[in-house]
Amino acid sequence: MFGKLSLSAIPYNEPIIMGTLLMVTLAGAALLGWVTYQRKWGYLWSEWFTTVDHKRIGVMYIIMALLMLLRGFADAIMMRGQQAMASADAAGYLPAHHYDQIFTAHGDIMIFFMAMPFITGLMNLVVPLQIGARDVAYPFLNSLSYWLTAGGVVLIMLSMFVGDFAATGWLAYPPLSELKFSPTVGVDYYIWSLQLSGLGTTLSGINFIVTILRMRTPGMTLMKMPVFTWTALVTNILIVAAFPVLTVTLALLAADRYLDMHFFMNELGGNAMMYVNLIWIWGHPEVYILVLPCFGAYSEIIATFSGKPLFGYKSMVYATAGIGILSFLVWLHHFFTMGSGADVNAFFGIMTMIISVPTGVKLFNWLFTMYRGRVRLTVPVLWTIGFMVTFTVGGMTGVLLAVPGADFVLHNSVFLIAHFHNVIIGGVVFGCLAAMNYWFPKAFGFKLEERFGKYSFWCWLVGFYVAFVPLYILGLKGMTRRMNHYVNPEWQPYLVVALIGAVIIMAGIGFTILQLVVSVRNRAENRDLTGDPWGGRTLEWSTSSPPPFYNFAVLPHVEELDQFWADKEHKRAYKRHAHYADIHMPRNTGVGVFMGGFGTVLGFAMVWHIWWLAAFGLLGMVASFIARAYDTNVDYYVPGAEVEKIERARLVPSQKLVEHVDPASAGQKVA
Amino acid sequence: MSSQHSHASGADHKHANHGSLKSYIVGFILSIVLTLLSFGCVMSGAVPHDLILPGIVVLCVAQVLVQLVFFLHLSAAPGQRDNLSIGVFTVLIIAIVVVGSLWVLHNMNVNMMHPAPAMSLGNAG
Repeated sequence: MFGKLSLSAIPYNEPIIMGTLLMVTLAGAALLGWVTYQRKWGYLWSEWFTTVDHKRIGVMYIIMALLMLLRGFADAIMMRGQQAMASADAAGYLPAHHYDQIFTAHGDIMIFFMAMPFITGLMNLVVPLQIGARDVAYPFLNSLSYWLTAGGVVLIMLSMFVGDFAATGWLAYPPLSELKFSPTVGVDYYIWSLQLSGLGTTLSGINFIVTILRMRTPGMTLMKMPVFTWTALVTNILIVAAFPVLTVTLALLAADRYLDMHFFMNELGGNAMMYVNLIWIWGHPEVYILVLPCFGAYSEIIATFSGKPLFGYKSMVYATAGIGILSFLVWLHHFFTMGSGADVNAFFGIMTMIISVPTGVKLFNWLFTMYRGRVRLTVPVLWTIGFMVTFTVGGMTGVLLAVPGADFVLHNSVFLIAHFHNVIIGGVVFGCLAAMNYWFPKAFGFKLEERFGKYSFWCWLVGFYVAFVPLYILGLKGMTRRMNHYVNPEWQPYLVVALIGAVIIMAGIGFTILQLVVSVRNRAENRDLTGDPWGGRTLEWSTSSPPPFYNFAVLPHVEELDQFWADKEHKRAYKRHAHYADIHMPRNTGVGVFMGGFGTVLGFAMVWHIWWLAAFGLLGMVASFIARAYDTNVDYYVPGAEVEKIERARLVPSQKLVEHVDPASAGQKVA
Repeated sequence: MSSQHSHASGADHKHANHGSLKSYIVGFILSIVLTLLSFGCVMSGAVPHDLILPGIVVLCVAQVLVQLVFFLHLSAAPGQRDNLSIGVFTVLIIAIVVVGSLWVLHNMNVNMMHPAPAMSLGNAG
């Protein structure tokens, strides 16, 4: 009846997990109780859960990402704690099986459920506003993508308390991940949570490609698109090209585990190396999927706060597209040591070095944008400058690792760990936090506190170096990754320093949370009435903050790259229109929630081999989709009169504001 | 909503023709013939063993092209430029993935899969 699931699946005898379960249960109950007490369920359901508004979906993605950052970081600091203790005779506090799950979950959560939702959230929030669209091309699909990703989150979180998670490393290489060597449900949780969220990601990829190619406002040719939108376009093309490879690879692994196939075993002609090959064909583009939108965000931030157009817009676009193509030609550098021989390794080593060229072009573009600009050192700019320094260091250790001979020494060492954290924290995490500080006022209508933002930045920056420079050194000394215990006591002092670094980063995360809480509490003081708190250049700043649900009452006409900046220069911004047309908008729908819910049930049932429940989940998904396909009441028109009322309420006071203060110099005061 | 925006990217968004009855029938017959040939290639026994795999690969690629041209109307016509360029990009990525994987794994097999006697002698440890 319940497949492999029984009460013994709950790890009663693990005090750490049970303690976490208790805390999660208490916090969850408190949250649910509070929402019930405030009678907010109806509001949450009708305004947020069922929304098809890209801005709200974007906000939900980012909230998810921040929550998962906490979970992923908890894993990280537990690992640092274990390694700081478990030297020579000491065993540390984590049993090996638990430790293995923690480093696996840390990687998967940070990549799939922190970084991916964060950049998807940013693209949701920003792209339609930047291109002057009223929503994405397929608003329902967007909601579905979100709830499928949420289903993946539920599964990976559940794995901690019901059963276990994969103990294989974040990419679950076979043969270790095969049923014979990983007989528990851990790898199954891994497969199904990634399949659900991967499906969601592929669907958003399609959605954004169509949105960017088909829904740009009149006059906005491709070469007049803001850079963030360009990076989003290339990222989504990479998503659509790469994620199917991940889906197929995981499906083949699932076939091995469920149907006794032998794709990745030595028996019957299978080949475990094929899995490694395929997963990195997805895995390397994935790195650029994450970092390209962050490059876009840095570009917007540095141009805005330098008060100058971006230096080398065209080279930025070509560099982005070039990185997009080249990212498919470097995957073997993740397994130089596999033994494909000198010619294969030389090719991929050289391609890896070449891909650093367009990235270098971008770096110089940002530097030249700042050159002779009036740079305002706001929080987003601090993150950007911190990124430029940190990412350059990470890029250089990357080029070092691209030399196959050097890689044979450093493969799987903590030097590699330090390298990719250097680029992912320095590039993606800094970028997401910069973008969050930059676009927060657009989403909510008030700015984030500067002070705690700056504390957070400095803690992250210093903490990063304290945590990872010791790992570079240890890697050169020969320490391999994923060790829950080591015999060489010489390593311990370095690992203690690394733990201190992690604690400093924890303070940085704490300050980010504090920054959010304090900013919400003091929102009246930080209110932004103009919609343009920074002296922005692109279309998203031309509408109010938060934007009306239809984004633009009248679609803007674009003739220049930085259209809004030009409008402000020529006093054309904040135009009042004599006539407002009716606006065609999509209706909210709960189908995405139901499909995500049924998908989660399907995944859970597959993990535990509860076949009737799996059939129920699958049928539920299909039935919800069919019901949606026959629903004709999916859109409506906002009458022009209502639009006029909303616009009046905004434009009259903001025009007064503009008469008194020039928006560019208003932003100047921030510094 | 998309109708309001369809003119956004300029004049290049004209709907190309959606095929005629004749083109659909030609495509349909070609697909069936190619499918039968694939099965025949494997099941008839008339094709030498070494040619079966290359044979079905060639027929498979032909099948993909037939379906793209006759059913998805991919062509070099002006209205199809966007689709064609995305199609070319797709072909490029597939070529990289397939050719690259074959190259990588073939070289690995050559370098790492020693013949059985050599393995028992030198590589047993």
